[in-house]
Amino acid sequence: MPTALPPDSVGLVIPQTLHFDEPLELDSGKTLPHYDLVIETYGELNAARSNAVLICHALSGDHHAAGYHSMNDRKPGWWDSAIGPGKPIDTTRFFVVCLNNLGGCKGSTGPTSINPETGRIFGADFPMVTVNDWVQSQERLMRRLGIVQWAAVIGGSLGGMQVMQWAISFPQALRHALVIAAAPKLSAQNIAFNEVARQSIFADPDFHDGHYLEHDTLPRKGLMLARMLGHITYLSDDAMRAKFGRELRAGKINFGFDVEFQVESYLRYQGASFVDRFDANTYLLMTKALDYFDPAGEFEHDLARAFAATEAEFLVASFTTDWRFSPARSHEIVKALLKAGKRVTYAEVESEHGHDAFLVPIPDYMNVFRAYMGRVSTEDATCA
Amino acid sequence: MRVDHAIISDWIKPNSRVLDLGCGDCALLRELRQSLNTTGYGLEISIDKLARCVEGGTPVIQANLDQGLSPWFEAQSFDYVIMTHTLQAMRHPEKLLQEMVHVGREAIVTFPNMGYWKNRLQFALGGRMPVTKTLPYGWFDTPNIHLCTVRDFEALCEELNLRILGREMVDSQLQSRPLMRLAPNLLAETAVYRLAAK
Repeated sequence: MPTALPPDSVGLVIPQTLHFDEPLELDSGKTLPHYDLVIETYGELNAARSNAVLICHALSGDHHAAGYHSMNDRKPGWWDSAIGPGKPIDTTRFFVVCLNNLGGCKGSTGPTSINPETGRIFGADFPMVTVNDWVQSQERLMRRLGIVQWAAVIGGSLGGMQVMQWAISFPQALRHALVIAAAPKLSAQNIAFNEVARQSIFADPDFHDGHYLEHDTLPRKGLMLARMLGHITYLSDDAMRAKFGRELRAGKINFGFDVEFQVESYLRYQGASFVDRFDANTYLLMTKALDYFDPAGEFEHDLARAFAATEAEFLVASFTTDWRFSPARSHEIVKALLKAGKRVTYAEVESEHGHDAFLVPIPDYMNVFRAYMGRVSTEDATCA
Repeated sequence: MRVDHAIISDWIKPNSRVLDLGCGDCALLRELRQSLNTTGYGLEISIDKLARCVEGGTPVIQANLDQGLSPWFEAQSFDYVIMTHTLQAMRHPEKLLQEMVHVGREAIVTFPNMGYWKNRLQFALGGRMPVTKTLPYGWFDTPNIHLCTVRDFEALCEELNLRILGREMVDSQLQSRPLMRLAPNLLAETAVYRLAAK
């Protein structure tokens, strides 16, 4: 528990809930008649309304990107390493907005919300949402906040996919697009991991076809397994070796199936603690949104054509030991942007942290990130 | 402005698309953008230098030139592809030269001339690998693994079917002196070439 908050923290923050009454037509053909979005903001919107930055979260993220909700919080928001006074996304210069996406489980309308049509918890009946659906809802959020154009839209992993979608769907609504540790679409291997995660949730007897909350239970085992699998794909072989090696918890082999190796202990802890803070239906939805993302699909599978109408300047970054969305996947993005003749900078950061690296304050990464955002903050902001 | 940069600027038409290989802190690209309104990118392997390019507002791709240009760029997507003082550090200089005139309409290359008289003197009289202001490394730690003379380079251009559109010679002060034009292979410390595919 921090007795005083670090000076480079945004401090104590309070989420807000915004209600939207305009129906949102989803890619699936279904409609959300109305919905809530929970957001957090840090810093001040300037008079010209030109310094707003949108943060898009990844699979298990939410609106709480930085700062603390109370002095009792053990940890700050999920991207506190990059957001705060003097940090790359400097809250003394930018007005930072982060939301919990639709289908989430942290307050925005999602599977744990009440379905107004039935009066029951949505559960498995919550419609599938896509990256494009999220971006459409984020655009409404932008208008609600009185912002005409983001100085930058920023995201890592699944968040980076939303950034690309923003640049494609609303070319004039952002000046800079920061796409970190992302991919232009999932590979078969990526989808395969997601499918195993989903099957482990479905196989849990407490899943009840997604209506577990009505049965007053949770598919704990299934979601835990899904998260354990996820964690394996977020870390690199090197990082796991460095962190756990073959270290034994009891110092010796016990010829049993209890936790013996430290890595087992780590995965079980990560899995078990995730169950307490995350909803299995949301996890299922997020993995499907990942699987479906393919912005080139509407452009004869030519990503350069998908980017043709974009107006934002891009920063693309990848990490050397990330094998979930490897540097080669970022190369695809960069190559398409180059082919389309767009302004793009690409950084390939040396790191041992695997996919998780995008959340780690690696000095090389932070230097490029800070340099880029420094320029975003000083450039002439001529609003559309 | 450095003389080699000034020579390059003279060759480049305003508003062209330029790619600078091994762009360092993007000083040349910034100069070209300011004086000639060029657009384009730098390619740089070092992330420290990349951060300085970013500060200066130049788009830059972090990449290893030894892996070539074809993974990144389409044919003829630039007016000029520039590479200053980097050719001699490449694993396959001949392949890179070909890629440069493939990706760009013209290539501009500068390299240290191994035939420079001081290099020859050190080798011939001292019997040791030359160490000069332009080539400051010992044989064991030099990044310059493919040094050549002006004549070597022109022979390679001939072999690769590269047309020499322009040629300038400068010394270690990066001054261009008239005498060098008479005996470039002996008197030039640095050579600056402008090339195209035949």
